[in-house]
Amino acid sequence: MMEITAPRPAVAVTPHKAEQRKEQVPRPRRPRSSSGIGDAVFYNLTRFFAFLTLVTLVGIIVSLVVSSWPSIEKFGIAFLWRAEWDPPARQFGALIPIYGTLVTSLIALIIAIPVSFGIAFFLTELSPVWLRRPLGTAIELLAAIPSIVYGMWGLLVFAPFFATYVQPVLGATVGHIPLIGALFKGPPLGIGLLTAGIILAVMIIPFIAAVMRDVFNVTPPMLKESAYALGATTWEVMWNVVLSYTKVGVVGGIMLGLGRALGETMAVTFVIGNTNFLSNVSLFSPGNSITSALANEFQEADPGLHSAALIELGLILFLITFLVLAASKLLLMRLRVHEGART
Amino acid sequence: MTLQARRKLTNRVALTLSLTAMAFGLVWLAWILWQVIYLGIGGISLDLFTKMTPAPGSPGGLLNAIVGSLILVSLSMLVGTPIGILAGIYLGEYGQRGWLAESTRFINDILLSAPSIVIGLFVYAVIVSTMKSFSALAGVVALALIVIPVVVRTTENMLILVPNSLREAAFALGARKWKVITRITARAARAGIVTGVLLAMARIAGETAPLLFTALSNQFWSVSLTDPMANLPVTIFKFAMSPFQDWQQLAWTGVFLITLGVLALNILARIFLKEGAAS
Repeated sequence: MMEITAPRPAVAVTPHKAEQRKEQVPRPRRPRSSSGIGDAVFYNLTRFFAFLTLVTLVGIIVSLVVSSWPSIEKFGIAFLWRAEWDPPARQFGALIPIYGTLVTSLIALIIAIPVSFGIAFFLTELSPVWLRRPLGTAIELLAAIPSIVYGMWGLLVFAPFFATYVQPVLGATVGHIPLIGALFKGPPLGIGLLTAGIILAVMIIPFIAAVMRDVFNVTPPMLKESAYALGATTWEVMWNVVLSYTKVGVVGGIMLGLGRALGETMAVTFVIGNTNFLSNVSLFSPGNSITSALANEFQEADPGLHSAALIELGLILFLITFLVLAASKLLLMRLRVHEGART
Repeated sequence: MTLQARRKLTNRVALTLSLTAMAFGLVWLAWILWQVIYLGIGGISLDLFTKMTPAPGSPGGLLNAIVGSLILVSLSMLVGTPIGILAGIYLGEYGQRGWLAESTRFINDILLSAPSIVIGLFVYAVIVSTMKSFSALAGVVALALIVIPVVVRTTENMLILVPNSLREAAFALGARKWKVITRITARAARAGIVTGVLLAMARIAGETAPLLFTALSNQFWSVSLTDPMANLPVTIFKFAMSPFQDWQQLAWTGVFLITLGVLALNILARIFLKEGAAS
């Protein structure tokens, strides 16, 4: 996946240099005078489209704010923690969808971080060289599978399996532990917050694993070899040398995965259960996320306050992912600066 | 236990866990692919490609959805690819450090990972609510907005990889900058750019969320750009959530087709990238 093969090469190419040099030398006779115009046209064309990308983002934010204004005006900031979502009574609050989005993404991270770390560890240190490419590709293919496939598979294959074989076992064992036991109580429905979290985990593993693998690969071999020479085991080299050298990049990769999990729509919509009532803390119970609320209700929503409230949910989601991604980008940038300083 | 033995044991446990994690990832891939093939391949028939999506209980196929998806994807590629490549060229060749380049780069990365459903909402607010109807056109715009950041990113990355000596050689011959870009650097980066385009196509082929509020879907045959247009992902969503057996079967077959197409595009993209690296 091109978009996930992490940090851009730090060395920027500088064609300006070539240009400057060209300016000093007397220009050769140009046979066609049209090329000067060509230059200007081409430059401005590319510049225009770069600018267009910029405008799009502003456009998205402005249009979402404008469309959700009735709801922003009516409920104010309290929209964030109101639990009611009652279209006929025209009462809307974002608490339950926000809760669902955050909880499912958190479950996904709890599962995906160790697994991705294990995969990246395997791909960079353990796997025989000839197996690295095919195995890496296989993991990347997990990211290529469209989310609607995850969703349908999750609803019709995974959820029944989960309800029959996994949930009763979880309820009977972890369910009796005080405090966290409450999270694993209730009827095994198959669908619900936990199922959504697990499927999200599978979907973000390839993203996190790819970033981890790429940053592990940039660890200078000298560092690792020195540790090995001192008698460190593979694990010690990984944990104490490679991971501490790359931790900023690793966190950046995790944030990238979190961004994906927060915004994922179809897979979650299929398995989360889509209910706006939440009576207990059990992860077995169905819930709703921002994206699934949008996917389910938006088409049928009446164009007034209901639509506005849904669009405000979208705006909140956009702002959350914006913050997460900005943080991840800053971290990866810091890694690049460090790299420059250390070598 | 001696320190030595404990360290060895920790190491062994860690290596085993790492192997388990790898296996865990592969199991999901195998499980999903197996189920999709197993449940989907049974529905492949001539009817699938010649009949329209049916009402529950009557026979039918996915013709309108397949054609609709092909139209939506190809039109949005036609719109998104040139914009993405040109913006990518600006970032890679002209604006290395300027404010426009820096902020475009940052925003492009935000758009790259923006939730696709938010893109759908945006297009709804801008196009659907002004035109007062769901339309294929809105779907094309939404998908194009997803294509653009992917293409921008790969184009820029690939242009940066082109060795500077190529540019300098061309400048030394007195070539104009735009000639250098179109004739030399863009050509050198061609394989990578094609890879990016293919990956973008693979991504939108399965996108459902941005189509929900834009192209919607259509149970009937329609190729008009101003009307809702049938498409595979939304049809699958609708059919899979339904309680009807025959609709669910059609949904599985649709999922099979999409997965096949997306994986084929991904593999094709990899081949292109490899060839580019080899040449």
